[in-house]
Amino acid sequence: MASVTSRDVLARGFRVLGRAIRDEPRIFAFAVGGSVLFGGLVVGSAYVIGHIVGGVIVPAIEDGKVDNALLWIGAMAVLAVSVLRVVGIFGRRLGAGYMQFRLQARYRRLVTGRYLDLPLSWHHRHATGTLLSNANSDVEAAWFPIAPLPFAVGTVVMLVGAVGSLFFTDWVLALVGVATFAGLFLINVFYSRRMAPRQARAQLMRGEVSAIAHESFDGALVVKTMGREGHETERFAGQARELRDALISVGRLRGLFDPLMETLPSLGTLAVLVVGTFRLRAGDISVTDLVSIAFLFTVLAFPVRAIGWVLAELPRSVAGWDRLQHVLTATGEMRYGTINPEKSDKPATLAFDGVEYAYPVGADTDDMVNATTDDHGPTVLHDISLVVPEGRTVALVGPTGSGKSTIASLAVRLVDPVTGTVRVDDHDLRDLTAAALAGTAALVAQIPFIFDDTVRANVSLDRDGIDDDAVWAALRLAQADEFIRRLPDGLDTMVGERGTSLSGGQRQRLTLARALAGRPRLLVLDDATSAVDPRVEAAILAALRGGEQPTSILVVAYRRATIALADEVVYVEHGRVVAAGTHQELLASSPGYTDLVTAYERAEAEREREHAYDEEGAVTA
Amino acid sequence: MPAELSDAPESTWATIKRGLALSPELRTGLAATLFFAIVSMLGRAAVPVAIQQGIDKGIAGPGGLDVGFVGSVVAITAGVLAITTLCGYLMMRRLFTVSETALANVRVRTFRHIHDLSMLHQQSERRGSLVSRVTSDIDQITQFLQWGGVILIISAGQVVVTASVMAYYSWQLTLVVLAAFAPAVFVIRAFQKRLAGAYGLVRTRMGALLAAVSESVVGAPVIRAYGVSERTRARLNTAIDDHRTAQMRALRTSVTGFSSGEIAAGLATAAVVVVGVQLGIGGTLTVGQLTAYLFLVTLFIQPVQIATEVLNEAQNAVAGWRRVLDVLDVEPDVADPGEQGVELPPGPIDIRFQDVSFTYGGPIVLDDVDLDIPAKTRVAVVGETGSGKTTFAKLLTRLMDPTTGEVRLSGVPLDRVRFDSLRSRVVMVPQDGFLFDATVAENVRFARPDLTDGDLELAFTELGLIDWVESLPGGLATRVGERGEALSVGERQLVALARAYVADPDLLVLDEATSAVDPATEVRLQRTLDAVTRGRTTVAIAHRLSTAQAADEVIVVDQGRVVQRGPHDELVRETGSVYAKLYASWLEQTR
Repeated sequence: MASVTSRDVLARGFRVLGRAIRDEPRIFAFAVGGSVLFGGLVVGSAYVIGHIVGGVIVPAIEDGKVDNALLWIGAMAVLAVSVLRVVGIFGRRLGAGYMQFRLQARYRRLVTGRYLDLPLSWHHRHATGTLLSNANSDVEAAWFPIAPLPFAVGTVVMLVGAVGSLFFTDWVLALVGVATFAGLFLINVFYSRRMAPRQARAQLMRGEVSAIAHESFDGALVVKTMGREGHETERFAGQARELRDALISVGRLRGLFDPLMETLPSLGTLAVLVVGTFRLRAGDISVTDLVSIAFLFTVLAFPVRAIGWVLAELPRSVAGWDRLQHVLTATGEMRYGTINPEKSDKPATLAFDGVEYAYPVGADTDDMVNATTDDHGPTVLHDISLVVPEGRTVALVGPTGSGKSTIASLAVRLVDPVTGTVRVDDHDLRDLTAAALAGTAALVAQIPFIFDDTVRANVSLDRDGIDDDAVWAALRLAQADEFIRRLPDGLDTMVGERGTSLSGGQRQRLTLARALAGRPRLLVLDDATSAVDPRVEAAILAALRGGEQPTSILVVAYRRATIALADEVVYVEHGRVVAAGTHQELLASSPGYTDLVTAYERAEAEREREHAYDEEGAVTA
Repeated sequence: MPAELSDAPESTWATIKRGLALSPELRTGLAATLFFAIVSMLGRAAVPVAIQQGIDKGIAGPGGLDVGFVGSVVAITAGVLAITTLCGYLMMRRLFTVSETALANVRVRTFRHIHDLSMLHQQSERRGSLVSRVTSDIDQITQFLQWGGVILIISAGQVVVTASVMAYYSWQLTLVVLAAFAPAVFVIRAFQKRLAGAYGLVRTRMGALLAAVSESVVGAPVIRAYGVSERTRARLNTAIDDHRTAQMRALRTSVTGFSSGEIAAGLATAAVVVVGVQLGIGGTLTVGQLTAYLFLVTLFIQPVQIATEVLNEAQNAVAGWRRVLDVLDVEPDVADPGEQGVELPPGPIDIRFQDVSFTYGGPIVLDDVDLDIPAKTRVAVVGETGSGKTTFAKLLTRLMDPTTGEVRLSGVPLDRVRFDSLRSRVVMVPQDGFLFDATVAENVRFARPDLTDGDLELAFTELGLIDWVESLPGGLATRVGERGEALSVGERQLVALARAYVADPDLLVLDEATSAVDPATEVRLQRTLDAVTRGRTTVAIAHRLSTAQAADEVIVVDQGRVVQRGPHDELVRETGSVYAKLYASWLEQTR
């Protein structure tokens, strides 16, 4: 946004308009056609009025009688002009609106399409609120000047025609016209230059206000339970005041502009009156000419403002366009490979080999343009090597913040390693097609995400071959069938944002069912049953081990029961694999691991000791 | 929750009246603003009058061409225009300042009001739409007040002024013009009704579009992991196209309505020519007057057409106003007793639930709960998912009020306790430890902005978490990202816990506050928390029974009822009890 300076904003704004015209040339031509027709008729109507006054009214009143045929021709001409103007208005307004709406829709598709194509690392660097406003208000801002654009283009054509016709009538009065229209243009240029930085600032402040509201409402529970509503309101009010001041500054300039734009054509009309009187005296023009030209100035005053509307909105348009470009030109989309291995029912083998990972930097929205995928923050995973053999279950254990979730994301290629490789069945994940990848591995994340849709759609996601039977089977495996059956509309119940609310454990089971419905050959569970009651979790794990649906499993876990079901345990600390082996082996060899998994037992033992000690103390006393 | 836009919304005018009543500031200096508006409107009639005078007396006057007279008419008119232009500027300047100031206040008031409502933490799905109430809805109102409002006032004034001048020149012609316009007025009104519906649809479709975009952004990892980008793309495109279709429909309606005004204008002008000539021949009208009249008809038509446009667009703005007013109309269901309230007595807090039941309107969630928790005890509340544990915590912290019965803290009925006292003495750590997009230090300091970094380090040390803080890339100054997403879920919970700890409450309520933290850290935390919260009352909602084992007393909730309470050791021995089963399962999980 910093690039929107007052100097080049007009030129850049015109380039954005040019882009719009290239995108929708036919509709634009149609709309301009309507507008030119309209404009031509505005000029035409002035001459019709002029001729009626000079040719009908003046002789009629002077002679005291009227040529009825001529009078009716005049009246019909006025009506005909109106009807044709309606045609012009339809062409212009429908054309302009359709063009604007089509552009909005086109760029909304492009922008949201980019969201789907850009990698998660890009998503991590951008706030949800920003992405929402890119698709919404920035698209709107970019194409805002389209609505008056055909009108303005038609007006320019009309002005050229009007000035031309003025020269045809009288060159001196034509010069008055040229001076007036040049004055209007200069005011516009001055205005848009002065307006650009103010508009940019207002748009920026709008974003800030919205961001604070978003965050504050998001964290409402914390705000409320800590009694910080007053403080949050003050924070919001501070930003709202800045927005207010920015908008007032926009308004003051506009308040100067609008009356000037209105007065200038009136001054032009007065000048026509004075100059016209001299020309009349010299016998160079007739009363008809004078009235026509004066009327022309009056009717032109309004359409000329359309040019002002376009120019006035250009700074905002450029600001919106820049923000759109930022999304549209972002690079680093995850490229998928071409290998699509034959469908297999066999569980997959997952292998990490010397994997290193660092989160990309450039978290701040301002800096996004320059942030490339080569810029990385501190390394969070170092030289991770591990294998989940075919059909086996490997538990990934480690303290809070040791990098387990990152390993889980790498295993299903939500992110790519900086160095090293992640392979499934000897294929580097980066070589697999998107379909092959999705058909092989499924991740169940720590925080469940439920789509605003039916239970059925949430589980099947419209994937091929997942019918209601498969959905129910998956729900059964995830121990979710019972509560789904109790929902008012069963599989058709709407869940998610605007549907029935589910408890944390229910949401987790639903997302687990979603993963299982795809019959993945590799299942990655990232502490995915943390909100599920222990007994339910045990039942789920037993079912998974039951072998109804053979799969390799990488499971991030803390619970001993979960770990006990694993064939092997990989223990990570500070982003490194510290130990790997069976649970028993690690208990013997890794003090960190032992400390972690036996924490509850030791705590209890200690409590019992204290307890015994207390009682002993009581006895001795 | 306010009703979504119903099929029969209150009238536009009623909404505007309510909106204006909400912002008395809008009336400051209204008289002066209106004065400037009226003067600036008079400028519109100046030019036609000048033309009439110029033609009748200067150009086609009895004494032939009088250049001097035309010159003075023009000079006077130019002077008038200078004054009216200045007045136009002054009017707009005042209008902008007043309306922006008034609506900034509405923005802030609405923001605060939304925080006072409980809808935020009960229905997370409403957040997006609530944000729009303090952003785009308010923007629509200001836009309406500044453009629509000004244009409506100016247009109305212009219609009155030109109509008066027209009537002055010829009342007969004025009747002709009004007759030509009468049918158009009815047509325009009919279209306005249809437009309100069409714009309603545009707004609904926009809401659906935003929901689809938001889902595709928030759910990006799932969409990626399940390879359903194409499905999502199709849904997005449908939402985008639906919105576009609705926009186009509204536009067609609007343009058709507008055109009827244009036809009426043509009719009026033609009628003026025909009738005017007859009047001229009859000697009632001069050439100059008739010419000026033709100019005036144009000046009369323009504002009528523009006002029609503005009224069309106003349907949008009024809907925004209505949405803001609807939020402000909702009374907070959990209200701060404020000045009439009392402070919690100092010292440790004891808790009393007296025949408390709660329902969200459907099945009963808590059923006749009656219990006492003495001050300084550490209590664990356990039970299966959906047993009512979290509801218990919400009633205890007065995020909600019981449907029947009463909660008392230190003997004071909870609904009599002033919020400032309640929130500083009773702190809850929710399971989703929401963090603000700031540093670790700023998040911990949330409730206690006065704390220094040294204090924070001390707090983390006391909690046994200083090693973890030091392992972060920037220590206390590490940024946590949007919603804390740069940290792992467990790490977020650690920060949230520290935040509650430094708030130094007398009653600490932990709602599965360490559910994503590793066992070793959890046990350590438990121990340090026990030490540092000694002397306060602690209620911990837990599904990890390690918490229950360490508590002084366990309260077992099952299907909304308290079924067992007592120390862990005793409850375990009650064979066949809910707790014994839970514990057996817990042992299975952890051994």
